[in-house]
Amino acid sequence: MSSDSTSIDRRPSSGAMDAGRSRLPQPLHAWIMQWGTAIVEGISSVGDIAYFAYQMFGWMFTRLPRRGTMMVNFYQVGVLSLPVVALTGTFIGMVLAVQSYYQFQAIGLESRLGVVINTSLVRELGPVLAATMLAGRVGGAMAAVLGTMRVTEQIDALTTMGADPIHYLVVPRFLACLLLIPALTVMADFMGIVGGYFYSVIVLGIDRAAYLHHSREGVVGFDLFSGIFKSFFFGGIIAVVSCYRGFNCQPGAEGVGKAATAAFVYSFVLILAIDLFLNIVLDSIYFMIYPEGTMLF
Amino acid sequence: MNDYEPETEPTDDLPEPDTASESAPLIEVNNLSIDFDGNCILSGITRSITRGQTVAVIGESGCGKTVFMKTLVALLTPTTGTVLFDGTDLNQLTPAQLAQVRRRFGFVFQNAALFDSMNIFDNVAFPIRQNEPSTEEDEVRERVRNHLIEVGLPEDVARKYPAEISGGMQKRVGLARALVLKPELIVYDEPTTGLDPIMSDVINELILNTRRLYPVTSVVVTHDMHTARKVADRVMMFYPRRMLDQGQSQILFDGPPSQLENADDRRVRQFVRGEAGDRIREMSRATA
Repeated sequence: MSSDSTSIDRRPSSGAMDAGRSRLPQPLHAWIMQWGTAIVEGISSVGDIAYFAYQMFGWMFTRLPRRGTMMVNFYQVGVLSLPVVALTGTFIGMVLAVQSYYQFQAIGLESRLGVVINTSLVRELGPVLAATMLAGRVGGAMAAVLGTMRVTEQIDALTTMGADPIHYLVVPRFLACLLLIPALTVMADFMGIVGGYFYSVIVLGIDRAAYLHHSREGVVGFDLFSGIFKSFFFGGIIAVVSCYRGFNCQPGAEGVGKAATAAFVYSFVLILAIDLFLNIVLDSIYFMIYPEGTMLF
Repeated sequence: MNDYEPETEPTDDLPEPDTASESAPLIEVNNLSIDFDGNCILSGITRSITRGQTVAVIGESGCGKTVFMKTLVALLTPTTGTVLFDGTDLNQLTPAQLAQVRRRFGFVFQNAALFDSMNIFDNVAFPIRQNEPSTEEDEVRERVRNHLIEVGLPEDVARKYPAEISGGMQKRVGLARALVLKPELIVYDEPTTGLDPIMSDVINELILNTRRLYPVTSVVVTHDMHTARKVADRVMMFYPRRMLDQGQSQILFDGPPSQLENADDRRVRQFVRGEAGDRIREMSRATA
C-alpha cells in the first residue's frame, strides 16, 4: 500500500469527525443537520432563481428575441390555452351560481346573485383559477420541454452555436406569459360572467333585468383592474419558476417529470402567496378610493 | 503502491508528438482540474493541441473525457487551471465575447442534440441565422443544401423532423450543423456510439473527409478503437481519477495510434484489446 493510501486510511471517517465535533445526542444532531442542509439549499435556490431572473431581465432590456421565436411562444401560451381557459371560466361562473343561489334565495336576494358572481370572478377567482390552470398547462409544459432540452443536450447545443439559452428560450416564454396571461384572465372573467348569467337566468329563472341591473352596479372598474393587475405577476411567476425548473432539470425521464411537477407546485404556492400580498395592498388602495366599500345590498 | 502503477513515468511529462509541430497550438490546457460536489473528475491536466491535428480522447466510462471535451469549448468552467483557445483564456471572456469565440467551434453531440421543434433544414440553418443574421435566405438555403449533400443526406430529408429520421442520419445532420459555419475546431462526442458497423464507418469517413476539405482541428471523444485508429493522428487515454494514487498522471497514453498496442502501460494495452483484467477488483477498491 502506498504512503498516500496509508494517510487516507488514518483519517477519521466523516461520521466520526461529526461525532467528535458535536456533543449533541445523535438524533438531535441528525435533525439539526437535516434542517440546516434544507435551509442552506433553500437560500441557495432563492439566490439561483433570483440570478436566473436577473439574467433574463438583462436580456429584455438589451435585445429582444426575433419575432419568429416570440410568435411561436405567444401562440403556444395564448392561442392554445384559450379553449381550456374559456371552459374553466364558464364552469367557475356556473358553480358560483349553484353554490350561492340557495343562500341568497333564503333571504330573498337571489336577484343580487350577479354581484357576488361577477365580483368574485373579476377580483379573485378569474385571475387565480386562470393562473392555476395555466401553471399546469403552460408551466408544466415549459418545464418539461426545457428539461428535455437540458437532458438531451439541446441547451448545450444552443450555447455552442453562440446563442444564449436564456435569451433564446426564456425571454420569449416570459414575455408570452407576462402579456398573454392577463389577456386569458380577461377571457376567463368574461366566460365566467356569461356562465354565471346563463345558470342564474336561464336555468334558475332569476329575473334577467334585475340580475343585470345589480351586476352592473356591484362591479367597479377597480375590481377589474385589480384582477388584471395581479395576473401580470402570476404570469411572470409561472414563467420564471417553470423555466428555472426546466433549466435545472435532473438527468433522465424522472428528472423531467420532477421538474414539471415542481414547476406546477412552486408556481401554485407562489401564486397564492403573491395573491395574498397583492390583495392586502390593493384593498388598502381600494378603501382609499372607495371609503364606503362595495355595496352588495 | 497502486496495483496498476505505470511502467513508465507519467505521460504528462512526455514531449508533444511531432505530428504538427510546425504550427502553433490552437488549444492549450494548463493544470486543469475539475471537481463536481467535491468529486475530483480531472486533476492537473496540461496539454496542447496544434492546428490541424485530429486528437482522439479515449478511456473507460467515468474517466472524465467528456468533461475534458466540454471544458475545451467552455461548456464547463475549470475548478482550477486555464483553457486557452488561440491564446485567449476562455474563462476570462464576457458572455458576449465567448459567444463570438464559439462561432469558431463546431460540436457534434453524442445523440446529435438536434432541436426537436425544428425540421432538419432549420436545424442546420440555425448557426447561420444566429451568427450571420444578415445572410440572405437564398444563401442560407444553398449552404444548408450543400452541407446536407456533403454528409450524404438526400435533399428531401430537409423537410423532416429529427424524430422522423434514423440515429445515423441524425448524427450526420449534427455534423452538417457543426460544419455550416466552417469552424476551426470540431469536437465530436462519441460520434459512432449506438450505430451499426457500416454507419460507424460512414461517420469515420465523414470525419476524415471533413479534415480533407477544411483546415480543421478535431477532438474526437470515443470508446471505439476502430474510430480512434482510423481518424486520429494522436490519441490521449484518460484514466479515472478515483482509481489513481495522488500524483499519478490521469493521462496514461499520449501518442500516435500506431503505438497503442505496444504502450508501456498495461492498462492502455488492456483498454485497446478490450480486456477487463483486474478491473473489477480495482473498481471495488475505488468505490470503497
